Amino acid sequence: MQWETVIGLEIHAQLATRSKIFSGASTAFGAAPNTQACNIDLGLPGVLPVLNREVVRMAVRFATAIDAELGRRSVFARKNYFYPDLPKGYQISQYELPIVGRGHVEILLEEGAAKRIGVTRAHLEEDAGKSLHEDFHGSTGIDLNRAGTPLLEIVSEPDMRSAREAVAYARKIHQIVQYLGICDGNMQEGSFRCDANVSVRPMGEDRLGTRAELKNINSFRFLERAINFEVERQIDLIESGGKVVQETRLYDAARDETRSMRTKEEANDYRYFPDPDLLPVELDDAFIEAVRSDMPELPDAKRQRFSEAYGLSAYDASVVTASLSLADYFETVAEAAGDAKLAANWVMGELAAALNKENLEIGSSPVDAPRLGAMLRRIADNTISGKIAKQVFEAMWNGEGGADEIIEARGLKQITDSGAIERVVDEVIAANPQQVESYRGAEAAKQGKMLGFFVGQVMKASQGKANPKQVNELLRQKLS
Amino acid sequence: MHNKSISELSAGLRQGAFSSVELTRHFLDRIARHDERLNAYITRTEEAALAGARAADARIAAGEAGPLTGIPIAHKDIFCTDGIRTTCGSRMLERFTAPYDATVVSRFKQAGAVVLGKTNMDEFAMGSSNETSYYGAVRNPWDTTRVPGGSSGGSAAAVAARLCVAATGTDTGGSIRQPAALCGITGLKPTYGRVSRYGMIAFASSLDQAGPMAASAEDAATLLQAMAGFDERDSTSAQEPVPDYSAALGGDLAGVRIGLPKEYFGAGLDPAVAASVEQAIDEYRRLGAEVVEISLPNTSLAVPVYYVVAPAECSSNLARFDGVRYGHRCEAPRDLEDLYKRSRAEGFGPEVKRRIMIGTYALSAGYYDAYYLKAQQIRHLISDDFARAFREVDVILGPTTPGTAFALGEKADDPVSMYLSDIYTIAVNLAGLPGISVPVAPADGRPVGLQLIGNYFQEARLLNLAHRLQQATDWHKAAPAEFE
Amino acid sequence: MSLERADVEKIAHLARIAVDEEELDAVAGGLSNILDLVEQMKAVDTRGVEPMAHPLHMVQRLREDRVTESDQRERFQAVAPQTEAGLYLVPKVIE
Repeated sequence: MQWETVIGLEIHAQLATRSKIFSGASTAFGAAPNTQACNIDLGLPGVLPVLNREVVRMAVRFATAIDAELGRRSVFARKNYFYPDLPKGYQISQYELPIVGRGHVEILLEEGAAKRIGVTRAHLEEDAGKSLHEDFHGSTGIDLNRAGTPLLEIVSEPDMRSAREAVAYARKIHQIVQYLGICDGNMQEGSFRCDANVSVRPMGEDRLGTRAELKNINSFRFLERAINFEVERQIDLIESGGKVVQETRLYDAARDETRSMRTKEEANDYRYFPDPDLLPVELDDAFIEAVRSDMPELPDAKRQRFSEAYGLSAYDASVVTASLSLADYFETVAEAAGDAKLAANWVMGELAAALNKENLEIGSSPVDAPRLGAMLRRIADNTISGKIAKQVFEAMWNGEGGADEIIEARGLKQITDSGAIERVVDEVIAANPQQVESYRGAEAAKQGKMLGFFVGQVMKASQGKANPKQVNELLRQKLS
Repeated sequence: MHNKSISELSAGLRQGAFSSVELTRHFLDRIARHDERLNAYITRTEEAALAGARAADARIAAGEAGPLTGIPIAHKDIFCTDGIRTTCGSRMLERFTAPYDATVVSRFKQAGAVVLGKTNMDEFAMGSSNETSYYGAVRNPWDTTRVPGGSSGGSAAAVAARLCVAATGTDTGGSIRQPAALCGITGLKPTYGRVSRYGMIAFASSLDQAGPMAASAEDAATLLQAMAGFDERDSTSAQEPVPDYSAALGGDLAGVRIGLPKEYFGAGLDPAVAASVEQAIDEYRRLGAEVVEISLPNTSLAVPVYYVVAPAECSSNLARFDGVRYGHRCEAPRDLEDLYKRSRAEGFGPEVKRRIMIGTYALSAGYYDAYYLKAQQIRHLISDDFARAFREVDVILGPTTPGTAFALGEKADDPVSMYLSDIYTIAVNLAGLPGISVPVAPADGRPVGLQLIGNYFQEARLLNLAHRLQQATDWHKAAPAEFE
Repeated sequence: MSLERADVEKIAHLARIAVDEEELDAVAGGLSNILDLVEQMKAVDTRGVEPMAHPLHMVQRLREDRVTESDQRERFQAVAPQTEAGLYLVPKVIE
């Protein structure tokens, strides 16, 4: 039988505010345990929540970016359950009336086609603390620093049909929240978390199959793997006469498998009801207008602009706009180099490879954008050749200074003195009479290729420093 | 000294007739002498009180005294007090000291009031007799075999027996007005949002409201002045301006329209209580008010609605008492579930557990619509009754309670009959309106309370009506002989 | 409306309150009495009536995004039943 996969994602994006959603405690990552949990975050008796304005502003930004309906009146509810990292015994979240309603984003499929993915809703809620299971004499330690950190939970429609589509959608949301400056997107630190609802059904069937919810996925790579594993598991299960049960499954990256959380508990009964400590949030026109008039450039618009202003191909433009930091890096390089195509080639080529090799993010590149741009300018103005530039780049990467410094120190400046180049060309011609003879006897169409040999010899003799363009011209002249 | 009003005491302090330290000692002595019999205080704060009195005396000497500077008061033990234990009447918080002050507490601090201690109360404010307190029942100063009412029973008994000048209380379904009525004092529940709830341990967040409990409307006005006002730490705090309550006390009552809801004078009302209320109505007629009959047709639904809404909110509000960060923790828990279940079973008393479970049930899957949602809809109908009534009248008048103080233990085993004793007060909380209970002529030697209900933020009018009655009569001046 | 022992067990579990075997009937009785009191709501026609979650028609006020709280861990943990290395301790949670 042919099976169709159906995937919906629930993404939790931590909002990049200074203080928490309902208290004035700091949200900074990495503080000593419980030093950033104030009496409100700890749920001490008698304390009350007051909503952070910035959180509302960020949600409206997101709604604008995905062309969503705004919840002009949204309501916070309590989701009641007991867990040690949930101090009040309930999580404040939006339930029936979320702040962001139906919207959509577009993803690019590999074949180059675009696909629209629906966003059902996005709502505001508070994060929980962390349980530390390291051994405290058989106890679990609770750190509530994260409790009360604002989250935007973004729920998609079950519109994705493969793990790749799911990853493309997740990356797109990741890209948008970063561009909006509302989330730092750090998946390792848990600022951006994906849960996937996965089901399968026979091809052509309209009804959805029973879904499993996959949790504990902390990279895009794992998202793809977890879904693929789960799809296989479900198909195998059904084909061998079994039934998929609705449950939460944890992805185990080490074993590359998902497994049931095996909770003994009954179906959850969260007893949602409107939080009586908070009032309905009403967005007025002035607030919405203020947010809308202050929107940053979004990924699709930037991609469009890059391809028009810098003459980049659609592919190149989408690669360099993948993240805001990469786009900013590229744009700085392009401006400094004065040659956008050259900048794109280097950013996507040499730089990307070097970063990849050392598993670094663009933000921690040892070669910053102005430096790379300055070096590319030296290619454009013929100070160095592209080949020499690779040496210079490597030296910059290793911390030996800026391009000009390195070119100077290593004597890498290109030879453009035609007299000097001519001497080398003459030597090469004199030293290779046989090759000269067969060149001269060959058809014009084949000569082009044969010229490469002489160019190589000249470059070798000049230690790569001779200007390749001049070398070509002189050789053509002298060999004709 | 203990029968003087706040303004008399304040004048005495300023004129140097006595110091705040002397005044405070006087009350501390009375507490030491009488409280064994009443059990009105859970925690006495002698040292802090004397330190506060000394600071007040310095402030008075410097000419920086306000109307409450140096006046000894007591706080219901539901308000968090920095450095002083806050139990909320529960074993759960037997050893809990909050590292912050409730806004109400800090406002009294700023006003220079002296705090004698924390008063007894029904556990987590759930009760109408003060018998659910883990720290023992409070006794009614008028008859120590009877209850003082609840949940602010300790505050009511302390004010009635003059073991403090005045006290704070909280009212979720009548917890200020009912004990005020049963103990013969004046108690005001302000409009929801008038007084900050920050630092006040929540029972039912959409109903809870703090207010003053005092010997007279005049004293209550002084207290409310200190308590009322916007607080940025409470999202439900109202940004309404606070009028001068004392200035409004003397207003003329000519032409004021008073509505008597016929539902508040029907079956179930003790005829002796009805007679006392009638006497007061006659006084109001003499003072020039116009008295008309009105109807609040959904009155009988208030108790059922309340016993869904309040428990639902409480089941969630009290989930934080889980034995992890503060409060009672059971011995040697086997696992996490055991820690939760035993800590809560041991830390909470039967009434609190009953309400948590009812509320849990009312919110649970399959029952939410039939209970919680339905109750919130009927709450709207009840609120609409009042809105209609206030188009016709300025103030609504009736008895505060159907009867006088009942015997200790009389209703302890029958929660539902206890719940029904709040029939006249509960609707006011559901609608969020202000209400005041004022002592009228006693019945069988026991205090009777008259309730006045006002429109939103009409506390000044309620205090005005209460004060004019108290100027025309002596009912509020009666004091229990045993504690003279 | 009367609750069975099994209902009480389920509610008590949701509320995380231990109820002894021998108390179950009494608790069920007590809760059932309250449900009987509440039962009269059923007769009321509430079609089209907006539920009233708050007594006042106010909207949520927003606070500025400022860090106003500093570390008070020591004070907060002074009332905690069990802590170590700044963490609150609970019996081992198995995931």
